[in-house]
Amino acid sequence: MTGRAIPPEGVEQHGLTREEYQKILTRLGREPNRLELGLFSVMWSEHCSYKSSKVHLKKLPTAGPRVVQGPGENAGAVDIGDGLVAVFKIESHNHPSFIEPYQGAATGVGGILRDIFTMGARPIALLNSLRFGPLEIPKNRFLLEGVVSGIAGYGNCMGIPTVGGEINFNEIYNQNPLVNVFCLGIAHKNRIFRASARGVGNTVIYIGSKTGRDGIHGATMASESFDESIEARRPTVQVGDPFTEKLLLEACLEIMKGELIVGIQDMGAAGLTSSSVEMAGRGGTGIELELSGVPRREEGMTPYEVMLSESQERMLLVAKPGFEKEILSICDRWDLDAAAIGRVTDTRRLVLKEEGRIVADIPIQALTDDAPVYERPIQVPSYLDALQGINLDLIPPPSDFGAVLMNLLQSPTIANKRWVYQQYDHMVRTNTVIRPGFESAVVRVKGTRKALAMSVDGNSRYGVLNPYRGGVIAVCEAARNIVCAGGRPIGLTDCLNFGNPERPEVMWQFALSVEGIADACRELEIPVVSGNVSFYNETNGLGIYPTPIIGMVGLIEEVERTVPPGFRDEGDRVVLLGETKEELGGTEYLSRIHSREGGFPPLLELAVEKSVQRCCLEAIEAGIIKSAHDCSEGGLGVALAEAAILSEKASGPSSGATVVLPHLPIRRDAHLFGESQSRIVVTVAETDLPKLEHQCAGQGVPMAVIGRVGGQRLTIRMEGDDRPLIDLPVERMRTAWQDAIGAYFQNGGTER
Amino acid sequence: MRFGILVFPGSNCDHDCYHVLKHLLGQPAEFIWHKQTSLRGYDALVIPGGFSYGDYLRTGAIAQYSPIMKSVREFAQAGGPVLGICNGFQILLEAGLLPGAMLRNRSLKFICKDVFVRVENVETPFTASIDPGRVLRLPIAHAEGNYYADPETLRELREHRQIVFRYCSAEGRITEEANPNGSLDGIAGICNRAGNVLGMMPHPERCAEGLDGNTDGKSIFQSILEHHPVGRP
Repeated sequence: MTGRAIPPEGVEQHGLTREEYQKILTRLGREPNRLELGLFSVMWSEHCSYKSSKVHLKKLPTAGPRVVQGPGENAGAVDIGDGLVAVFKIESHNHPSFIEPYQGAATGVGGILRDIFTMGARPIALLNSLRFGPLEIPKNRFLLEGVVSGIAGYGNCMGIPTVGGEINFNEIYNQNPLVNVFCLGIAHKNRIFRASARGVGNTVIYIGSKTGRDGIHGATMASESFDESIEARRPTVQVGDPFTEKLLLEACLEIMKGELIVGIQDMGAAGLTSSSVEMAGRGGTGIELELSGVPRREEGMTPYEVMLSESQERMLLVAKPGFEKEILSICDRWDLDAAAIGRVTDTRRLVLKEEGRIVADIPIQALTDDAPVYERPIQVPSYLDALQGINLDLIPPPSDFGAVLMNLLQSPTIANKRWVYQQYDHMVRTNTVIRPGFESAVVRVKGTRKALAMSVDGNSRYGVLNPYRGGVIAVCEAARNIVCAGGRPIGLTDCLNFGNPERPEVMWQFALSVEGIADACRELEIPVVSGNVSFYNETNGLGIYPTPIIGMVGLIEEVERTVPPGFRDEGDRVVLLGETKEELGGTEYLSRIHSREGGFPPLLELAVEKSVQRCCLEAIEAGIIKSAHDCSEGGLGVALAEAAILSEKASGPSSGATVVLPHLPIRRDAHLFGESQSRIVVTVAETDLPKLEHQCAGQGVPMAVIGRVGGQRLTIRMEGDDRPLIDLPVERMRTAWQDAIGAYFQNGGTER
Repeated sequence: MRFGILVFPGSNCDHDCYHVLKHLLGQPAEFIWHKQTSLRGYDALVIPGGFSYGDYLRTGAIAQYSPIMKSVREFAQAGGPVLGICNGFQILLEAGLLPGAMLRNRSLKFICKDVFVRVENVETPFTASIDPGRVLRLPIAHAEGNYYADPETLRELREHRQIVFRYCSAEGRITEEANPNGSLDGIAGICNRAGNVLGMMPHPERCAEGLDGNTDGKSIFQSILEHHPVGRP
């Protein structure tokens, strides 16, 4: 083991602090060579080690009767009966997507897909949660177009439907767009594969794309803030090849079906380094690799480049003894590169060789368990009082409520996203029950009577005004979306997008958000089974709002029981479950109509939320509810408008409604556009109304019968008024809502 | 009736076609790996959608050189029904089994949505059970579905009634608005002169089961069954 001493700038270039470097020296008892320093650099990066978030993530409840695999593996797994598990995870690809939107987003999809099929599950659904700055700014349109084509380019080619998602727009994301991708797959409960290297002497096999010089230090890049120099970071972004991934998927599933391996791990962030180290770490073993055997794209690559490359579409397997040949021949059939490149050892060390010569030798534990863990300082931000303390009395109520509703329906955050989802193949595999554009996506599970509802959700405006509440609401709203479709939430995955953790204000936001998520999960009894943290979403000192995104999964026992959000039949009664309060803080209304972001976000009482959700779900399961749509951005007004718009049937005009809102001692704009939580607009047949009333009374859930489905207009009148506040043709609302986003791209859209 | 479903590297609607033929229509159906060379014993072939060879070079351009394609040509020449859906259609064009070519969609974007098509010719094995002029609601999902042929070819297609499906409004009118991708003459599907090879961009297998209430796609598979001597109940 020879190597030149590392100069201080070399340590810094590797994203390590002096203290961390000292720790490496102590742990190794010598100076690392450059390759070894590179290995430490990626394994100890925020992205791989979770060093700033670990102490907080421990607070999340991860256990539950259905949990088959919690956090710590490539993805979580939850029992859905019939001998099957739903395997799912959400992950961010924010940094690369800002540097190169198409490839950044595409490889984000590629990475999350590998996380799922590494577990032995066939992916059946993708969703995504995106954040951009306003579309008025050309750069943001460029980013949105690039990200959407990247997601489409990868997912469509793989034949995995992108069935849903959400997009929000806010200036805070101008320099830090967010791209979070969720994937769900189905596996047999007794045939889940784990990323563990066991069995001393077993062969380690590399399969998939050849290793190139792309993406070197991607994990380190994702663990830093940005400034003007980001253009120069483009080489750290990987390039996706969905065709090879499709072959890799089929080959891996075939290898797993034959039970030819003891462990498998994809080469994601930190490539061959993290896959080999993590597998040995979990197996309590060592691993020895001969790097000259690694399939390479170009000659002259150094061991450093081979180990730190983040070339996509690669997997590392540990073969069962005697099955090596069979594995290689399956790869050959799928035209994939494959090579035996090492073996499992009992040394608990990572030993790397080049042509037989040892080039690195590090204890596994030094790279994994010994990675630094920080309890970073936290501090309440000084801006908070000013932000929360806006005087709502100075906000004039609107004179034309209809105009406000039309305006909100055209807000890109609220408007229909068909410009986006029509670019995604959302029907392949023929399981899609509820297509994109609704609050939950629903796919049936072939071979069973069941379906799974999925939703991704998070509101960063609430998050910045009150991170705890932002966390609570993200979980509750995602669960509410699932319930509205008729699903019972069974597990969630979280993607925590934050600014620079070295700033105490950001750590304060993070700590409180996690607490909020944890409390909501405990109350609703939904375990967190997987997740991802993305820090350093900061450019030139400006960080994003706290943006925890929740990916929720729910089980629908009988696919026919799925409930749509749109009105169904003329004459049905419109009922509001839950209570409307004077809550305008942090609303889309305040931001879009009055250009103000401030106040206190809506209050959420977990016990109330729980009973509203339970009541709604039980009524759905009893077959009483015909449609259900929760109130979120834009409040009750937008919820009613959307329920009317979404009533569109294969033929025939859509259904409007006549609504009379009971008198409440609150501002009328708060009544219509406030975002009070724990509210669901449902419809029931007239004859079923007493049953619903009985159920709500029994469970203490406030309910109000507010209208009747019918006609082709949405008319909303306040009790006691002569004239309606809102009276709009559904078709007019639909056109505005449907075309709002596409309108930004009619002229001057940048084509790739 | 024994169906063969071709599988190229990158095919991804193969399982969907299998599901419809096997589970919905109860027919024997098998996957045929592209490296195979024999098609003995099959009564009909489906070339499914997807991204054969990743759509690299040009959609369908590489797949046409797969070993199985020689037998597909022979099968077609012998009069066996061959249904190419989406990427399958593109492969049939590249293989010269159907005339014309595919351009990128007018919008230059991938488009996934339901469209309406009017059945222009019911004298093919794929449309024989459908009423003339019927409007079907079928999903499309492609980036290269903008059919093009030179004027002479178009004239011949019309003359020999080879245009089987055209994009239309819900009421069956052929309009520019109803044309999702800029396809020449609103063409959504064509057959060869003998009528036994059909290429279509919409995906009938995606709306055969009625998960969302639509079963229009089933009529195409049912036609093949009812038209074929072995398929008749």
